[in-house]
Formats: sequence, C-alpha cells, structure tokens
Amino acid sequence: MRRSFPLLLGLAVAVWTTHASVAPAAASHEIVMGFLCDRTGATQTVGVNMCPGAQDYVRLVNAKGGVEGHRIRLIEIDHEYKVPPAVEAYERYKKEGAVVIAVYGTPIVYALTQRLTEDRIPGTTPGFGRGDATDGTRYPYIFPIAATYWSQGAAAVDFARQQLGGLKGKKIAYLFYDNPAGREPIPVVEELSTKEGFQLKTFAVPPPGVEMGAQVLDIAQRYHADFVIAHLFGRSPSVSIKELKRVGYPLRKVVSFVWGSAEADVEAAGGWPAAEGYHVMQFAGVGTDYPVLNEIREMYKKEGQPAPKEMTSTVYYNRGVVWAAVQVEAVRNAIRAKPDGRITGEDVKKGFEKIANFTLGGLVPPLKITPNDHEGGGLVQIYQVKGGKFARETDWFSAYNDVVAKHIKEAGAKK
Amino acid sequence: MIHRECGVLKTTYEADMALYPLPIARWTVAALAVLFFLVLPFSVHEYYLSIVNLIAIAVVGALGLNILVGSTGQISIGHGAFMSVGAYTAANFAVRLGAPFWLALPLGGAMAALVGAVVGIPSLRIKGLYLAIATLAGQLIIEWTINHVTWISGGVQASIEMPRPAFLGVEIASQRGMYFFLMFFVVLAVVGTLNLLRSRIGRAFIAIRDHDIAAEIIGINIFRYKLLAFAISSFYAGVTGVLYTYYLGIANYEQFQITVSIDYLAMIIIGGLGSVLGAIFGAIFVTLLPIVIRYAMEALGGLVFSQASVLNIIPNLRLILFGTLIVFFLVVEPEGLNRLWRNIRNYFRVWPFAY
Repeated sequence: MRRSFPLLLGLAVAVWTTHASVAPAAASHEIVMGFLCDRTGATQTVGVNMCPGAQDYVRLVNAKGGVEGHRIRLIEIDHEYKVPPAVEAYERYKKEGAVVIAVYGTPIVYALTQRLTEDRIPGTTPGFGRGDATDGTRYPYIFPIAATYWSQGAAAVDFARQQLGGLKGKKIAYLFYDNPAGREPIPVVEELSTKEGFQLKTFAVPPPGVEMGAQVLDIAQRYHADFVIAHLFGRSPSVSIKELKRVGYPLRKVVSFVWGSAEADVEAAGGWPAAEGYHVMQFAGVGTDYPVLNEIREMYKKEGQPAPKEMTSTVYYNRGVVWAAVQVEAVRNAIRAKPDGRITGEDVKKGFEKIANFTLGGLVPPLKITPNDHEGGGLVQIYQVKGGKFARETDWFSAYNDVVAKHIKEAGAKK
Repeated sequence: MIHRECGVLKTTYEADMALYPLPIARWTVAALAVLFFLVLPFSVHEYYLSIVNLIAIAVVGALGLNILVGSTGQISIGHGAFMSVGAYTAANFAVRLGAPFWLALPLGGAMAALVGAVVGIPSLRIKGLYLAIATLAGQLIIEWTINHVTWISGGVQASIEMPRPAFLGVEIASQRGMYFFLMFFVVLAVVGTLNLLRSRIGRAFIAIRDHDIAAEIIGINIFRYKLLAFAISSFYAGVTGVLYTYYLGIANYEQFQITVSIDYLAMIIIGGLGSVLGAIFGAIFVTLLPIVIRYAMEALGGLVFSQASVLNIIPNLRLILFGTLIVFFLVVEPEGLNRLWRNIRNYFRVWPFAY
C-alpha cells in the first residue's frame, strides 16, 4: 500500500486532468430546460394538471419551430415533494446543461437556493416560497415571477377593503396552514392591520390540515369575522369551504390564496353549487378561452388526438402553461442577444430581467421583471365561484406595494 | 466484507474482538479506501458524486438509528426531529457566532444527543409499539417547537442560511469538495460504530436487546445504557442533520419531518437490523433505487406507453416498483440485504460443491 501510493496518486491525477479537459464544449443548439414536478407526493393534485400544461406549451413552441429556431428540451423530474430527490434532479439538470429550472415546492426552493446562485442557473418559483426572493440584488438567480405570499397577503387585504367598503374597525380572520409557508404572510398582514385600523386574528390549522371545525366555529360565531383570508394547502381548502358552509358563514366573505383556488378544491368541497360565492386568488388566467390554449387544442387535433383531460382543470393547467411560457420568453430574450443559441444561465437571467408586456392573450399577468424586482409586480386576479364556474371579479392588480417592499428590504437587511 | 475464513479458529477473546478478523480484511479496507478516495472522486462526473453524497448523508443517519433500533432493540420514530435539532443548533452557532464546521458539527450532535436522551426517558418503562408512540410525540413536539420559536428557527420561514464549510481557509462548495467532506464523516461514523459495537458498551446494548431482564440480572445498568443508546444514536442523527445542512446550505424545518424518520427506519429494516454493513446497504438501496428505476423507465417506458402518458406513468410506476422491490427483498430475506449478502457469500464459499 505505502509503496504503491504515489503511483496511484499519479494515476488519479492523470485521470482527473484528462477528464477535466474533455468535459466542457458540450453546448449544442438545443436549449435544456429543467422542470421539477410533483405528480406523486404531498401536492400531487397540483402536479398532475400543472406539469402537462408546461409540457404542452413547450411542445407547441417546438412544433412552431422552437425559440428563434432553437428547439427546447424540457426535462421533467418528479421529486415526490421531497428534498433529496430534488437535489439529485437538480444535479442532473446541471449535467445536462440546463439554462433555467422550474423549482416546484417551498422546501425545495429553500434547499436549492444556494446551489442555483453558485452555479448561476436561474430558478423560477411562481406563487410560493421566498417572499424575500423578490429582491433580485440579494437573490440574483431566484425568480418568483408571480405574486409571492407577501404580495398575495397584501392583495387579499385590499380585496377585503373593496368588498367591505373600508377596513376601519372591521374584523378580519386569517385562517392558515400551520407551517412556514402558511405563516409567511403574517408580518405583512399584521402591519396592514395597524395601518388600515382593522382587527386581525390568526387561526392556525395544524398539519395535515383536515381538522378545522373548532377554528371555523370560532371565526363564525365567537369572533364574528367580517372577512376571512384563507391560506391553506392540499386537502384543507376544500375542508375549509365545507366547514364554513356548515357553520353558516357566507362564502362570499372568504378569499383564498392561490393554492386553495382550483376546480379540484371546489369539487372536493361538495361541488360548485355548495361553494357558490367563494373567492379565489389567481396568478394565471382561468378558463379555456385563451388563444394559446386554442393553439394547443389545434396541435392535438392535428395529431389526431383529443385534447388532454388535464385541460379541463384550467387553474393548474393554465399555471403550467404560464410557468413554461415565462421561462421560454426569458430564453427567447437570451437568444435574441446571442443568436447562435449557445446561451448560459447568466444570459437567461438577463433574459428574465427584460420581460415586459408579455401577456399571451391575457393568460399571463402583465409582468415587468427588472434586476431589482424578480417578482414582476406581484399581480393577481380574483375570481368568484358563480353558477358552476370561476367568474372573474377583478382585473390584474397589486396592493400596498410600499408595505411589501418594506418587508423585502427588512429581510435583506437582516442578513 | 468479501473475505471469509474457512472455519472458526479463534482461541482468544482478543482474536474474536479484533477489528480485522483476517489479514486480508486490511487489504479489503485499503482497496476500498483507494477506490473511494482516489479513483471514484476523480473519475466520474460531479452528478454521480452528488448521488454518492446523498447516500453518504443517509449512511451516517442509518448507522446511528441502527445502533438504537438494531443493536439496542429500542424503537424511535423521532430521528427526523433529532436531525433538525442538530441542524438548527449548528446553523445558529455558525450564523450567530461564526463557528467553523469543526465546532458547529459536534455541537449540533451534542445538542441532539441531549434532546435524544430526554426523549428516550420513557424507554425505561415502556417498550415496542408504546415506545414508538412516545418517540413520535418527541418528533411532533420538536417539530412544533422549531416551527414556532423564532429564536431557534430564525424567523417565520423557519430556515437559516448556512455558510459553506471552510477547511484550511478554502470554502467547500463543489460536489467534489463536498464528497471528501462527507466521506470523512462517513469513515468516522463507520469506524466509530464498528468499534462501539465490539466494546463493553456495545455488548451491553446487545444484551439489552436480547433480553433486558437477563441483562439487568448480569449487572448491566439498564437505565444508563438505554439512555446512552438514545444519546449516541441521536448524536449520529444530529450530525446527519448538520451534514445535510452544510450540504444544502440551509437549515429548513420541512427537511426533517416525520417522513424522514420513517425513511430511515425503512433503510435499516431493508438493510438488516443490527449490522453496520446492513445500514450502509439500506441507505444505498433506499437512495439509489428510485433513481435507477427512473433511468430504466425513461429508457424503456417509451416502448410500452405513449410519450405523453410516460410522463405521468414514470413517477407513479416508480413508487409502485419501489414498494414492490422492498416487499420482494424482505420476503426473500426477512433479515435484510446484509443477510442476503452473507447467504451469497456462504454459497460461494464451497462452490461448486454442495456442502
């Protein structure tokens, strides 16, 4: 062993150096895009409809000749909403040369933030996780690209103000899933309560979030809330609709954050008539009547296939389309700057920061992403359950931008 | 591991307790060391090292849990929480006081050991499924505490960003650097466990597992050793949590939930309770199998299903296959992969003869 050690060391170094000299120069004209997905884990109800949306959009782009002539290869990996498989998937994306990665799941965003930043690959996290990642100077490679929980909280309070005609002296209940994501908007909502002079009471629903009879009863009959802001995940939104209905609380005085706002939640709560009046918040357009969706249906028709059944779940399917579309748009901006298609994560990052006026016929909010604002304005729409479907209540809006900005700044200063 | 003597020829206790039962064992270990420290890290792409890194973290945790469950016979469903105790302790020391990893890591382990010993107190009166529920309570209480006490968790988001570990002033950030960092602790954990199990303490653990009343009668202090088992096992869990935190660069509460405790239990049961090699096998199996299945499905799935449905089928079939394979291996050999490995060795020992 001792005698052979130098020999082995020499061998190892030789292997390493040859390996290192061969490694780069793999850049082809194919654009690799990573898409983490959860079709089997804790949030599978989201993944089974959202991921096909992203797949179909990329297929449509490729069918139309790719992005400025360059094809996109979308690699979808299911991580079961667990961190270790997501880390493995991320390393695989890196190996395949991905220039942008869709990072699904709050814990996974946290786990990958440092790596994305070090490897200079932009990661997108629409609608969840990291309110503080809006600050592009602090997290240069994280792109929320849709309203974060902070912006959603601000928008929900503003919507309550519109509905109640002023907030002074009103009672607002905040019903939330008791995990970090559920608590994330609390500081923003609390500050708004002092600013607007309304009374705020928070009601925690412990995981797994299917038992909230006591909280709902409290909201309706002891606290007598004037408005309820709900921030729940998974099965719990449908339970909350059922329970609020049971205690006789009017659902038109409820607004849910973006993860309690799909067709599936309404159906699981006992169907559309039962949930009549329930308000939901959306970061992507809802419904089937958008040009890009018609093009996808057209593409399927040309292939002689029926449109996929996932399209009927318009909330999540459309989010998948929007998510992929914003990424493709960033890639497009990057390729415009480098027409040979040999783009890197840094180019795509700059591409994201050029996105403006990209609405895809109303499906995507009019985002304006800048080097400072990776959220793009924090725009949402509110829909209401009305006559068996989601009816649009408001146009794209954001609210209390100054308060949200202050919290982003404070989070940045804490480090 | 792969070597085998041709009979039991030991005449002294020293020979029986030796770390290397045969001279060839030394050579096996040397060969493995060369493979893992010189050949492997410099010959494969970083992606493959990242998989090895995940396995390495799992190995440390599985070894620790195996000391408690496999060797001492006390069950714990709280190891995910003990990992979070280690992770948050180390993260707080590293961020608030700027502690380097060689200080933060043992501190994280020590704090986890302390908490683990407290959670282990019910083991003095209750056993089996009852103890499982008691440790489950520990898991839930620790989860709740970290989730709600912002002084520990660093804010409502319950996550603390961890600086990269630095060795001799060089920051360890790449997967290759991490590989050496993690491997060092895997070696420490393996050697530590091997030595622990052949020491006085380890023998006491095994005696308690086999029959605790008999163990007490022959003079083993049950109180002391059961709590010691919990403490040592939790120390490993805490170190696992710290390694995980350094690897990901963040301590986050959602990385240590109850499913993690269950995953680690699955590892040691599949690998083989009470053996060091079994814990390693289990960690490799549980981490690697889903990845291997996915590659196989990606390569072959397109032949059977349409391209659009493959995307939906792969993740689901992966779960089904994973579950089926676990059942298959446990039916073939209920004592785990370690026993299966021994059976294979025993078969080839006299091969091609029947006896």
